[in-house]
Amino acid sequence: MAPSILSLPPTPTSILPFGPPDHGRMPTIRTIGKVAELREELRSGGKKDKNHSAKKIALKRIVANMTMSNNDMIALFPDVVACMHIPSLEIKKMGFLYLVNYARIKPDQALKALPILVQDLNDANPLVRALALRTISYIHVREFVNATMDPLKQLLKDGDPYVRKTAAFCVAKLYDHDRNLVENSDLIDRLNTMLRDENPTVVSSALASLMDVWERSESIKLTIDYASASKIVQILPDCSEWGQTYILEAMMNYVPVDTSDASILAERISPRLSHSSSAVVLTCIRVILYLMNYISDQKVISSLCTKLSPPLVTLLSKGPEIQYLALRNALLILQRRPEILRNDIRVFFCKYNDPIYVKVTKLELLFMLANEKNINEVLTELREYATEIDMDFVRKSVRAIGKLAIKIEPAAKLCINTLLELVATKISYIVQEATVVIRNIFRKYPNQYESIIGTLCENLDSLEEPEAKASMIWVIGQYADRIENSDQLLEDFLFTFQEEPVEVQLQLLTASVKLFLHRPTKCADIMMKTLNMVVNDADNPDLRDRGYMYWRLIAHLPGNNIDIAKLIVLGEKPSITAESEKLEPATLEEMCLNIGTLVTIYLKPVQQVFRTARPRRLQDSPALQKHSLPSYQANLRDTEQRKSLALLNTSIVAPQSFMSPNRGDSYNANGGNLDAAMDAAEMYFSGLGNAQMAQMQISDAAYTGSPGTQANSPSGYFSGEQHGQRNGGQHQNNGDGDFLRF
Amino acid sequence: MISGILLFNQKGENLIFRSFRSDCRPRLADIFRIQVISNVSVRSPILTLGSTTFSHIRHENIYLVAVTKGNANAAVIFEFLERVRGLGKAYFGKFDEEAVKNNFVLVYELLDEILDFGYPQNTETETLKMYITTEGVKSERGIEDTSKITMQATGALSWRRSDIKYRKNEAFVDVIEDVNLLMSATGTVLRADVNGQIVMRAYLSGTPECKFGLNDRLTLGDTDTIGPSGNRAGTKATRAAAGTVALEDCQFHQCVKLGKFDADRIISFVPPDGEFELMRYRATENINLPFKVHAIVNEVNKTQVDYSIAIKANYGTKLFATNVVIRIPTPLNTARISERVSQGKAKYEPEANNIIWKIQRFSGQSEYVLNAEATLTSMTNQKVWSRPPIGLSFSLLMFTSSGLLVRYLKVFEKGNYSSVKWVRYMTRAGHYEIRSA
Repeated sequence: MAPSILSLPPTPTSILPFGPPDHGRMPTIRTIGKVAELREELRSGGKKDKNHSAKKIALKRIVANMTMSNNDMIALFPDVVACMHIPSLEIKKMGFLYLVNYARIKPDQALKALPILVQDLNDANPLVRALALRTISYIHVREFVNATMDPLKQLLKDGDPYVRKTAAFCVAKLYDHDRNLVENSDLIDRLNTMLRDENPTVVSSALASLMDVWERSESIKLTIDYASASKIVQILPDCSEWGQTYILEAMMNYVPVDTSDASILAERISPRLSHSSSAVVLTCIRVILYLMNYISDQKVISSLCTKLSPPLVTLLSKGPEIQYLALRNALLILQRRPEILRNDIRVFFCKYNDPIYVKVTKLELLFMLANEKNINEVLTELREYATEIDMDFVRKSVRAIGKLAIKIEPAAKLCINTLLELVATKISYIVQEATVVIRNIFRKYPNQYESIIGTLCENLDSLEEPEAKASMIWVIGQYADRIENSDQLLEDFLFTFQEEPVEVQLQLLTASVKLFLHRPTKCADIMMKTLNMVVNDADNPDLRDRGYMYWRLIAHLPGNNIDIAKLIVLGEKPSITAESEKLEPATLEEMCLNIGTLVTIYLKPVQQVFRTARPRRLQDSPALQKHSLPSYQANLRDTEQRKSLALLNTSIVAPQSFMSPNRGDSYNANGGNLDAAMDAAEMYFSGLGNAQMAQMQISDAAYTGSPGTQANSPSGYFSGEQHGQRNGGQHQNNGDGDFLRF
Repeated sequence: MISGILLFNQKGENLIFRSFRSDCRPRLADIFRIQVISNVSVRSPILTLGSTTFSHIRHENIYLVAVTKGNANAAVIFEFLERVRGLGKAYFGKFDEEAVKNNFVLVYELLDEILDFGYPQNTETETLKMYITTEGVKSERGIEDTSKITMQATGALSWRRSDIKYRKNEAFVDVIEDVNLLMSATGTVLRADVNGQIVMRAYLSGTPECKFGLNDRLTLGDTDTIGPSGNRAGTKATRAAAGTVALEDCQFHQCVKLGKFDADRIISFVPPDGEFELMRYRATENINLPFKVHAIVNEVNKTQVDYSIAIKANYGTKLFATNVVIRIPTPLNTARISERVSQGKAKYEPEANNIIWKIQRFSGQSEYVLNAEATLTSMTNQKVWSRPPIGLSFSLLMFTSSGLLVRYLKVFEKGNYSSVKWVRYMTRAGHYEIRSA
């Protein structure tokens, strides 16, 4: 395959005399020539070549060509192995590198190098012993694995710490090659005893190795008691930044039994928050947040919370990639412990040159942190972002403004004014995005802001995208009684009915019916025309079924009383909230056990992103503060809701108390019973709050783009082997789980 | 953990492919090339396909890529890639495609040393340079020599050799502050903060223990210990020299004893040899802004934009900033610029859509003005101009925006040990932006 690389400038002249890597699998004449030449060089020299310098040069060229020449170098296997006898560390290293690279493809040839490696395992030089051990254990060939077993047991007890730490990792490597071999030996036990080693690097390596084995094993359990936890925390300061990270990772397997143990350990690891390595800092934050689940003393909790905030913000002065990671995790932490990031919203303002993935995440944080107090500041920022160049970012900013109107009731007016200012720019994608969010604002605040419909109608021409069109049509249908020329507007849209996507067609159908209900005499023709088109010509079953439903509803009205139809089609809908955009409590709990890992970038349940990942759950213990867990609190809310629902079913006579009282009076005359039944049904469905609810919404009024429907739509792009362009793109464009759905 | 490390050039040629686990197959290189390098719509440093994740950073003209399977610790991955970048620079000076192609063997050797089964190992340049060198392994060492190396690579002081000797013990401390500003068009400061770093160059014999004090509120406790020669330059450093500074947060080099800092706020450490970043800090209170900018950008009509930019130095008259550059964005359809400046030189750079106004030496309290007029070509498809912010860059010696000062640096070592210490302050522009809309 030859990927086209259009946007890149030509690279500087390559200094090595080989071609691009994309030629076919067959060695070209040129490489055959080159291989022969290199072989000649490897064999040349003989006794004259005292320092083996010719061989070294040849080997260097071979290593250089390993990656870049499609495995042509493999033809030199016997010649390279022949060189490995030479007692020169430099040659040895290159030979080993070659071996690691090619042994799997030519196991029989590789075997000839095995005696050399085994011999080096006993070398007097610890660097050589470690090198040989590291190399031999990389090679996925049965004989190599078997030959490692016995020497390894010795090397785990080697006098030199560098060899011991290499040996510790070697156990995990062998487990990767052949788990039965390791499980049937005493290697795991030996690894365990290394946790008492005097050298901190050896201890942290042994821990990392154990964790690696545990990650992939069903049979091996890893539990750490208070004494061991305390001991490994003790050696933290003496470890390298990586060693500290391994130890902190291991702390996640410690389950506090006593709440004061958890407090003490959290306090003891908290100095790590000042480390310059983001790996140490983020992993430390993970452990402290984890331990907080087991701490009962609120004073300790709040003192820990104040410690967590500054380091998280300081990570924003690192490279953009780490900033991104820190921001994604801030989104998560904010939902679990809102008090942590309460201080200054301004640190999350976008810089003009921030990469887009950083900007988008900052935008989500601004949305989450916005409240009545700082709304002015936030809106000024968002207004600024909405005029930037990147179209996707602009759209998300506009969407955020609309969502803030829904989230912060007192600021709704302010947000709407900002949106109208943006609509006035007449830039089509801004207008379209604003239309979509204004539709949602109408749903949230019925009968309050309809005065701006006029402004929206002025911009009908710029609506091209289905979502924006559908939103506008929804508005026209819903408020047909207030828009003077609603029949004309709708007829204009209907003109292209056949060409529209289903999403818009569904909306046109519903709007036609609503229009008819608002103006039965004047607009019956429009509705009939639409119904006819839908019933006779539509291929889409949903569209046709809904058409029939409306048709029959209207055809079978008892006594032709149109008010009953109004009750059904124009009935009151549950208002929308911004809350539904938060993570599920159980997901949130699990994600917090994975702070700093890849899955926090996507903010989706671990199993959904990485199917084979080992699930992590909060382990029960007497110290676990169950009542403060998000899932527990959510359960509590659910139970209460169910109770009130039960109440509703028995006392269906007085449903008004549950619904907003300012409904139109027109259909109260039709008898409260039907009304009440409808309310009960809606109450029931709003209680479900799951995919089923989303389905309901779609068939009710096709609220495309409502947070519920999107969040539940199976995007399925984590599915295994699909490496399609589209999939890749999707992952990237979001660059995140996009759970806020701007 | 990390399954493989891959290096690519900008064309997408795979320069280095080192797998550390059997699940890192060669075809992954093709996938990365297609999905990331040749994909123009890439918007994230992380790409997950199936269970495989590619995390990358870019440096000069190369891509550094880590391949992982499953839910790996992303902070470790990126921190490690940063470390590879740092090592590359330390070894080759400039870490680019050419350096990689000239040093294939060394790059592979380093990767083999700093990752074992995908777990990062010791990545300290000082230690690595003891046994992995650009000249290849010089001679076969004696056993004693090598065990010194192995102790070093696994020891608690992995960043320092024990046998360092200097004729004259010297330590240089650089306090470098990047001041970030975001100012609205109306002159309101939307945010102002300082990202500071304290870089030390230690040329000290033996294994000295250092103690370091600042005028921050964290270390206020020990007022009676003023260093002997530490703050030589402090007196003229800044107006805010008096008083103390509140630091939001600080992070330290591996060598600093964090437990001790946490307990009694003392910054105590055994320094690595040579240059290293001792600490980073953040300050958000009482930021002294070195420059005030007043910008009027007026879109007169569809073919003309007028600029009037005034910039004033807000620091003492004895100080002067150097390399002051003001970037003033112009509309994309600018045809011609006519400009007048009261100081320095201004030039229109059409490829960047900027007017670049350079002032080599900007003394304290002075004020300069630029007036310019942009003539635009009329376009059929008139787009609204997004008006990017005006950006500033500069460097200013002997000034700290946060007001931070070094109060002392003490060096303790056995015997008759004397040392000379120097401090220098510099404030630079980080993201110094003034919105013009």
